[in-house]
Amino acid sequence: MVDVMRNQLGALESRRRLYTGLSLALLLAVVVSGYHEASQLNSGGFLQGLLKFFDYPAQIVSQAWDDGWEFWALFPRFLPALIETLNIAAVATIIGALFATILSLASSRNLEVPPVIIPAVRRVMDIMRAFPELIIALFLIFVLGASPVPAAIAVAFHTSGALGKLFSEVNENIDVKPLEGLKATGSNWLQRVRFGVIPQVLPNYSSYFLLRFEINVRASAILGFVGAGGIGTELSRAIGWGAGAETAALFLMLFLSIVAIDQLSSYLRRHFVGAENFK
Amino acid sequence: MIEFKNVTKAFGNMVAVNSVTFNVDKPQMIGVIGRSGAGKSTFLRLFNRLTPATSGQIFVEGTDVLSLKGNAKRRWQKDCAMIFQQFNLVPRLDVVTNVMLGRLNQHGTLRSMFKIFSQQDIDDALAALDRLGLAERALQRVETLSGGQQQRVAIARGLMQQPKIILADEPIASLDPLSAEVVMGSLREIHDRDGITVMCNLHTLDTARTYCDRVIGMAEGRVVFDGPADALTPEAAREIYGAEEGLNEAVTSTSISISGAPRRARSNPSAAGQGAQVAEANAATA
Repeated sequence: MVDVMRNQLGALESRRRLYTGLSLALLLAVVVSGYHEASQLNSGGFLQGLLKFFDYPAQIVSQAWDDGWEFWALFPRFLPALIETLNIAAVATIIGALFATILSLASSRNLEVPPVIIPAVRRVMDIMRAFPELIIALFLIFVLGASPVPAAIAVAFHTSGALGKLFSEVNENIDVKPLEGLKATGSNWLQRVRFGVIPQVLPNYSSYFLLRFEINVRASAILGFVGAGGIGTELSRAIGWGAGAETAALFLMLFLSIVAIDQLSSYLRRHFVGAENFK
Repeated sequence: MIEFKNVTKAFGNMVAVNSVTFNVDKPQMIGVIGRSGAGKSTFLRLFNRLTPATSGQIFVEGTDVLSLKGNAKRRWQKDCAMIFQQFNLVPRLDVVTNVMLGRLNQHGTLRSMFKIFSQQDIDDALAALDRLGLAERALQRVETLSGGQQQRVAIARGLMQQPKIILADEPIASLDPLSAEVVMGSLREIHDRDGITVMCNLHTLDTARTYCDRVIGMAEGRVVFDGPADALTPEAAREIYGAEEGLNEAVTSTSISISGAPRRARSNPSAAGQGAQVAEANAATA
């Protein structure tokens, strides 16, 4: 018996190795052929481009260097634009998270939601996620005019779908025993969600919320390029005019604010989850 | 007072609870025993309406509680507190909040969404906790308590419901013997003092004999034994459990003070009395 099992295991193992080898070969083939294809379509050669890769950053940095102390004066000048971008991101993340919470509760299989609703809500979230912020923003700017409002709506729309999916996965991983206990006391569905689900999911929700806020700061910055205002608009102007020092200052500000949000978010997550559960 | 009439639950072809019929005429402490899968848990869950029954009626003070819907059903669930084997508390909330959740049925939805409890709720919750000897734990998170303490918090939540009946689904099955004694003692005390019916699924026969007035034995969904706890002889037990040969209770008993003959807690409820029995038993074996 042991011998039979050993032979079977051996056969399984060699088949697994064969498949791993084949997939690796396939992956390699795809990468090589993809590069070949792309390099034929490009106007310039890829390798020549690669050599010039650092020319532009070097130019920006040297221009910033030439400015000397005046470079730092650019920061207060661009601060209002940065705040506008952070504002767009914050509003969009908060509104998006509210909708995401509702959508996720309606699409979790373990919360006694009527079974017909679940796939419908999931498809809605798929659609919301499928459209990049940029596409929605372009459309809304066309309809509503260039301002931060269409940008915030666009980011919130995408966020609802993206966070909704993550939140519903959190919901489906909770312990349902507390829900049963609350049901036996004669509480209604909303009360069970409030006291049985929310306390269990809140740490993970806030963690995903802060991560999404960070992503949304970048998304809002990009939307400035299509006229949503904020730091993106300044960046697009600076790059377009070849103002190296300004470009460097804007990049640095964006980078610093992302780092700050990241630090804040890990602090808050620690606070919510409790340091002992933090990994 | 309570009338069970042909209560039946079928899962597909499998009949979990088969035409259970009996009456409870006065407040009693009832133990329900039987093998795993005999339908004990399903029976209690049907009574609380956690699981829908297939057919039958349960009349409580003249109302068929199995036919209730919506608000009336939830109002019945409030009247029929349920204690679970795994306590089913909200682990991340503190003890007193968990106890106050027993009041949710009497609270409006909007009020609960903002977690607003009245001074009355807080006072009642603390009184319930005090009764179970856990008042000083009120502000601790439930997950930091031991199993026995959590089960007492669950009982306090049940008391908070101001129930007419308490159902307990194997309340001591995951507790150590000492905690089990405290929990069963609390349930008995609630029955004695508040005069409400307590119905308790149990795994150990000596627990049923010690704490219950009446024992219902179930096998394959049917009631096969119904009588006073004294009538639960080893022969009767063998029949309920369908054991072919001997059924040696002493082997699986979790009681600290097991003795050969059935013993009633009410005749000597004090801890000192139990201690004396342990001493006696030790002396006997020495």
